[in-house]
Amino acid sequence: MAKIKPRVKVPKKAKAGEAVTIKTLISHPMESGQRKDRKTGELIPRKIINKFVAKYNGTDVFWMDMEPAIAANPYVEFSVKLSESGTIRFEWTDDDGSVYDIEKKITVA
Amino acid sequence: VGLIRMPAHASEEATMAAVKEYAGGMPETGGVEIGAPEIAENGNTVPIEVSADGATEIMILAAGNPNPGVGTFHFTEMSAESRASTRIRLAGTQDIVAVAKMADGSTKMARREVKVTIGGCGG
Repeated sequence: MAKIKPRVKVPKKAKAGEAVTIKTLISHPMESGQRKDRKTGELIPRKIINKFVAKYNGTDVFWMDMEPAIAANPYVEFSVKLSESGTIRFEWTDDDGSVYDIEKKITVA
Repeated sequence: VGLIRMPAHASEEATMAAVKEYAGGMPETGGVEIGAPEIAENGNTVPIEVSADGATEIMILAAGNPNPGVGTFHFTEMSAESRASTRIRLAGTQDIVAVAKMADGSTKMARREVKVTIGGCGG
């Protein structure tokens, strides 16, 4: 299977209290569990990322529950407003319990 | 395309049952915006944006998919606004339904049709 790789677009600097747009993407097939193998006719088991969360300095700031109807390579865009510099951490949880993560620092002035 | 047979599609009743279960009743219409293309050429990845001023959560449903559930966004005090975007799978032309839970406990709903020329379930 292709390597699961998160990619995020986060500004390095932000003004306190102003909206900061965050864009995230993770390479993942999001196997819905409803496709059949063409050769065997058997259902391909479901394997999706079912939860995405963004944490800022350890506090949950945004999260999303995902169903199989989320497209492959899940993309999520949202916005936050920050009052202090810190680290934004993103975590994607797979059906098999694996967690993929990435962190970025933001300087807030 | 690995799909041999399309599963039965979620009915309007199943979708509304999911709405009522989530909202604890029938939400009021309006107060939720759904941004989506009128026509999606590829149902495998359809961009969608939802927003509702004052919402703490917004659930998205696809009334014509095998299962209506798509996903739920959760907002906090650190959200600049209750707005988010993602990309979804649509099995064919159908209505997208968005239900917002507001900070005051009320619920709101909107729906919007998206025409799909190539379905997102291999069909």
